Amino acid sequence: MENVQTYPEISSDKFVFVQKTDLEHDKKLDTKPVGYFKGAFKRFCKNKGAIVAACIIVVLVLFAIIVPFCTQYSVSYTDKYYRNVMPRSSVFKNTSFWDGCKARAVGEADYVYYRAMGEETGHYAIKNNKAELNDDGLYEFRLDTYHSVGVVYINLLPEEYENLQAYQNETGIQVIYPTIRLSDRPQADQDINNGNYYYKTTKVQGKTQITLDKDGNVIPVYREYPAAHPIDNYHSLRIEGDGFDRNGTLYQYAYASVMGNSYECRVNYYEYYIYEHTRVLKDGVKTPDFLFGTTGNGQDILTCLASGARFSFIFGIVVALVNMIIGAIYGSIEGYYGGKTDLVMERISDILSAIPMMIVITLLKYHMEGSSHILILFLSFFLTGWIGMASTTRMQFYRFKNQEYVLAARTLGARDGRLMFKHIFPNAIGTLVTSCALVIPSMIYSEVNLTYLGIINLSGGKITSVGTLIEMGQQSLTLAPHVVMFPTIFLVLLMLSFNLFGNGLRDAFNPSLRGSEG
Amino acid sequence: MYMFKYVMKRLGLMLMTFCIIMFMCFVLIKLLPIPIERSQGVDPNLTYYRLEGRGYIRNLVYNDAGVVIGYERVPIMIQMWRYIVNIFTRWDFGIGYSISGYMYKPVWDAFIDRLPPTILINIYSSLIGVPIGLGLGILAALKKNKWPDQVINVVIILLISMPSIVLGVLIQYVFCYKLQWFPLTMESGTDYFTWNMFRSMLPAVFALCLGSIAGYARYTRAELSEVLTNDFMLLARTKGLTRGQATMRHALRNSMVVIFPSILSEFIAVLSGSLLIESMFSIPGVGRLYLQSINALDYDFFMFLSGFYCLVSLLAGIVVDISYGFIDPRIRMGAR
Repeated sequence: MENVQTYPEISSDKFVFVQKTDLEHDKKLDTKPVGYFKGAFKRFCKNKGAIVAACIIVVLVLFAIIVPFCTQYSVSYTDKYYRNVMPRSSVFKNTSFWDGCKARAVGEADYVYYRAMGEETGHYAIKNNKAELNDDGLYEFRLDTYHSVGVVYINLLPEEYENLQAYQNETGIQVIYPTIRLSDRPQADQDINNGNYYYKTTKVQGKTQITLDKDGNVIPVYREYPAAHPIDNYHSLRIEGDGFDRNGTLYQYAYASVMGNSYECRVNYYEYYIYEHTRVLKDGVKTPDFLFGTTGNGQDILTCLASGARFSFIFGIVVALVNMIIGAIYGSIEGYYGGKTDLVMERISDILSAIPMMIVITLLKYHMEGSSHILILFLSFFLTGWIGMASTTRMQFYRFKNQEYVLAARTLGARDGRLMFKHIFPNAIGTLVTSCALVIPSMIYSEVNLTYLGIINLSGGKITSVGTLIEMGQQSLTLAPHVVMFPTIFLVLLMLSFNLFGNGLRDAFNPSLRGSEG
Repeated sequence: MYMFKYVMKRLGLMLMTFCIIMFMCFVLIKLLPIPIERSQGVDPNLTYYRLEGRGYIRNLVYNDAGVVIGYERVPIMIQMWRYIVNIFTRWDFGIGYSISGYMYKPVWDAFIDRLPPTILINIYSSLIGVPIGLGLGILAALKKNKWPDQVINVVIILLISMPSIVLGVLIQYVFCYKLQWFPLTMESGTDYFTWNMFRSMLPAVFALCLGSIAGYARYTRAELSEVLTNDFMLLARTKGLTRGQATMRHALRNSMVVIFPSILSEFIAVLSGSLLIESMFSIPGVGRLYLQSINALDYDFFMFLSGFYCLVSLLAGIVVDISYGFIDPRIRMGAR
């Protein structure tokens, strides 16, 4: 003070900084800080297997989301005749792969049966009408599963019959074929309604045997009548050879038999399918192309699989999330309070976890008779699924609750709730997320198991499950292995990628813990 | 002494858990309406009489034609007391009411009937699975990070991720249908030790053991490769033991401490059979019986088999913990 008063005349200009350069601050770090989650992400990205697995999961999820909007069919769609047909795509029409055909080697009688189909309608059940006789005396060919349905008998109402004829006249496509007298049809019970026997047959030991003429051709036995006495209202396309002269009278084939007030016709099912879907139902289906084939019930596998996959994903994610929330809260309370609370709660979860899943589901099913099985499925997984998550959270709480920073927060006046969820719980997030990722596939797997065993039955409604599909496919395993193939491929991909993804996540969140594979 | 106390404590806790679960299960089952079989040609009164005889209902009400139209249910606690008394005095677990094939037959007899195939399949599967699994694991650990290890690793990951549904279907398709080595389903009959029967069981055995092979191999590899890096292994080699001797006597024994309990527990757990494999290969085992009882709403069967499954899973859990103490002298369970 005194100095200032002694030299009042010194102006401020005369003061100079000792240091000419700028004032020195703390140096800013050149590198950016790496947080917990960022570090985890970096470590995860280094794991190539996990990245690939993540990509596969994304593809599968996209498949489940997008495909149900794109397919022409719905889950409840069933086709009476196109059962167990092979996968077919119009792209691969001319190759011997994905063309809706399967390789067959059959004897003479079956070969004639399939050959005759193509001869009548021009839709060859034998692909390209090419068969080879092998050394064992069997005919080898590729059987087109779409055309081997051939011609079927259907009943049409008069106006439907008229519409179908109008369609024939308009497009020039033959759908209706001449019908056959009941007495001329095969007499064996199993074949009497098979429209493909338009030729002479005999019954030998309960089986139908085809009668051939001397050139080895079948002998058609179409129903004929004099053209002057029309017995059906047919005024449309006629097949070749129709309308012939016999003893001076014009004879024609009958194209329908009148049964009460409806007409029984023989229609080529392939063409009829196109007609029915483009003109009658108008559901956007143009030709029968089942990309993944159909099941034994005539359901489109692609649609069913996508819908089952969608259900599985929703199920897995919802159950995992709900269980994570319940488990986190339960485990936090257990771990934070400890002592008697912990003991009692631990006993409860011990007992709950010891109940086998099957008992829970069955009892729920018995008690909730009539309610939807989806609800039962969800409830039973909510009931015991959270226990693993709770014990994970509890462990983390025990590890962190006595650390100094928690004590400091408590000293500063933080309440229990804040301590639990703001200070301690974030430490458990990493492990929780990892166990979530590891739990989802096991949930999906249990769901598939339960639907496979038929304990949970989803097939009635608008959704289906992968397990139901596999069960259906396993029943027709010898007949149509493709039915079981697609769902199992999906399941394997899902399990494999989720396992790899989960392991990658675990390694990423816990650098000290090395995966048992590594 | 520590050990004895610990085992007793664990067994007591297990028994308590078991009793609580069974109590809940019993009450929940008894709360359900009783399904009465009303098939043609069977006197509907007969079912009521049987139920009355078992002490489930009482005070039957008849209409004029002598047909039962109503009844009163016996209080659940009394039913429970009778159930327990019946078990301890006559070894009577009830009879079947709606399950096909075991109608009005004692539950216990049916269970004994169905046990052999389940046990046989699981024993075969362990006999095949344990040596192969351990062998693969040991090979992988000894050749760590060389090509055998990598091949085994890939196989393990594939097998572990392959659900047993898929494994079952694959085995059925490839071995039973395409190659025709085995029949598609198990032979019927009760001559369990004929060659034909054994052959027809094999697909199911493979489906069961492939998964456990992968599990054992993974476990063994992880454990053994950790033990192999220990210092005492170096000491053993310096003492003059060959690599084989050191591995067999020191490393393998130590790693077995962890592996053996898991084998034991798996062995107990598979006693209950796999519902999935049994229904896939139509094996007339306990698992199928359980499924049948669930679908037929047969409560006595369901109650008994639930108890059996519950007990088996609890035992499997407890055996792991206890066997550590017996196998490894360093561990003293329950010691403070």
